[in-house]
Amino acid sequence: MDRRVGVAVVGALGLLLSGCGGGGPQSSGDSKLSGDRIVLGVLNDQSGVYLALSGTNSVKAVEMAIADFKAKHGGDAITDDITVETADHQNKPDVANTKAAEMYDRLGVDTILDVPTSSAALKVADVAKEKKKLYFNISGATTDLTGKSCNKYTFHYAYDTYMLANGTGRAVTEQGSKNWYIVYPNYAFGQDMEKSFSTAVTGAGGTIVGKDATPFPNDNFSTFLLKAPTLKPKPDVLGTMQAGGDLVNLVKQYNEFKLREKGVGLSVGLMFLTDIHSLTPAALAGTTYTDAWYWNFDAENRAFADRFLKETGSRPTFAHAANYSAALQYLEAVQAAGTDDADAVVKQLEGKSINDVFLRNGKIRAEDHRVIHDAYLAQVKPAAEVTEDWDYVKILKTIPAAEAFRTPSADCKL
Amino acid sequence: MSSFLQHTFDGLVSGAFLALLALGLAVIFGMLRVVNFAHGAFYMLGAVGTYLLLTEFGVPFWWALLIVPVALGVLGMGVERAFVHRLARLDPLYNFLLTFGLTLVLQDLVKLRYGTQSSPYATPSALAGTVDFGLFDFPAYRVFVLAFAVVACVAVWWLLGHTRVGMVVRAATERPELSRALGIDVGRWVMPVFGFGIALAGVAGVLAAPMRAVNPLMGADLVIVVFAVVVIGGLGSIFGSVAAGFGIGLVQAWGESYLDQWPIVAQTSVFVIMAAVLLWRPAGLFGREEAPA
Repeated sequence: MDRRVGVAVVGALGLLLSGCGGGGPQSSGDSKLSGDRIVLGVLNDQSGVYLALSGTNSVKAVEMAIADFKAKHGGDAITDDITVETADHQNKPDVANTKAAEMYDRLGVDTILDVPTSSAALKVADVAKEKKKLYFNISGATTDLTGKSCNKYTFHYAYDTYMLANGTGRAVTEQGSKNWYIVYPNYAFGQDMEKSFSTAVTGAGGTIVGKDATPFPNDNFSTFLLKAPTLKPKPDVLGTMQAGGDLVNLVKQYNEFKLREKGVGLSVGLMFLTDIHSLTPAALAGTTYTDAWYWNFDAENRAFADRFLKETGSRPTFAHAANYSAALQYLEAVQAAGTDDADAVVKQLEGKSINDVFLRNGKIRAEDHRVIHDAYLAQVKPAAEVTEDWDYVKILKTIPAAEAFRTPSADCKL
Repeated sequence: MSSFLQHTFDGLVSGAFLALLALGLAVIFGMLRVVNFAHGAFYMLGAVGTYLLLTEFGVPFWWALLIVPVALGVLGMGVERAFVHRLARLDPLYNFLLTFGLTLVLQDLVKLRYGTQSSPYATPSALAGTVDFGLFDFPAYRVFVLAFAVVACVAVWWLLGHTRVGMVVRAATERPELSRALGIDVGRWVMPVFGFGIALAGVAGVLAAPMRAVNPLMGADLVIVVFAVVVIGGLGSIFGSVAAGFGIGLVQAWGESYLDQWPIVAQTSVFVIMAAVLLWRPAGLFGREEAPA
């Protein structure tokens, strides 16, 4: 009995879904676009810890991309009807899953963008694979998106844990800070980051003199900060994998315990411009980290940042710029393919070399859909050198695209 | 040796926060029999208020240390009159739900207005340096926090033990019915005591602003540990909550520094201790088992 009800419900759902899916293109006559329009979906955190680094301002960035696309192609654009749908996934995988399915099925979304929080990011990749619709992950960090969880419709656009660890861990070690003490939050992201960093540091000839897992979330890091200078040999640098509020706690207390004065530098695994803004550059002066993009790197970036500032009141993080770029490149691919059919667009994107405001020497790898591009080793300026709001870091070195990301993983079978 | 002393000192500082918060909870529970789940939210309001006083009105830390607890105390009294009071006669579960709901409302109001980004707050310049204890040095601000918390706890203890108000509160805590029978107007003291407990949470919040991330969720995680502390010390026991606060601070600091191969041990120690204490002494280390009514 139960099973028959179940089958009936599934069957009814199947009918409904196929009805919806089939209805669009059929009614649209000779148009090559489903529903005669293009809909971009921005799914991210709009109320929690990752609101500032991406959130609603990424929606603005995507709107800017649409405006630029229309301005560039004018009357030749494949369509004039390009809209944005957006939803808050609250960093919860189950919410992300539901919202993603709703976007693809009910709201006619052609591609989903952004999706921070690795666990949520992976869930959406599953949905994209199942629905055969495109998905550009921007602010999720896990390398699994281009590893064992990769699929034909998912692209990983801005950064990943390998890029962060390889950039910061290697560069800082090569610059002479050989001895590392790593503290990381005790959950998937932190453990991933710790492993990547340890590999990068030892690979560059450095030593991990100590590593500690901390509670997550945590408001008191004093034990680890007291311990740092007493380790033998004394660490040259404290590598923290904390993010968000925990990072703020740790940096505040790092300054309180005067570790920099005691010869222990600070290196941050993942940091966004908005984190520096909320901690103030003075609290972070001298800290090195890897950035996927910096708004004041050159004139092109700055021009974009000026427009963004006018729209939102703040300067863009790399996640904002990457959302802009991904939206623009998706629209260009649809234009080139002459259709929004997912398989045709994927074919357009695979292997494509791109240079735009976000992607420098960018390339969409066909093997695993990792989008590689130049990354940057950044250092927070001392307070005295900060002359403009939001201009908090100097770029120490550009990490070429080929070195910045890992080689395609054998685990990935598209 | 010096590192042991350092870790011990560090444990006492984090214990100071737990003790201040637990003390407020204990005072409130003793008098009202209300488990105030919103305590963490008031702690958060203390820190956010300190930040706002500085950024909006230019009020420095030292004045905030006075203004914020008083303001929160008044707010607490308002909450008692408007909500808690009305549920006093019902099952304790109602007030538990009420204060839990209040937590969510307060957190989201702050989120709505100021976002979830952590706000910067600098250590007061007079305390920005370190204090040299010979064997080790320690951030001056933390030394101040510890001293301040100890003074506050002693003051509360003195207030309860040696003043008429304190006598009434103790009488009402230990034998409310008998106190009423003797003509003591217990009801009169309920509102101020609730406000006072909230003010203590406010003090902890102000003290936290310079050393911890100021954001809407800062109280949510801490309050869970504080509840464990209160249970360990004995619900309603003033001395118990303070002693357990400092004790748990020490256990956490020692655990994190000497059991660092097993981070999970240090992280769960509070709750393991709580479970053990409950098995051994269900009323907590310093609590008194209530005779069945």
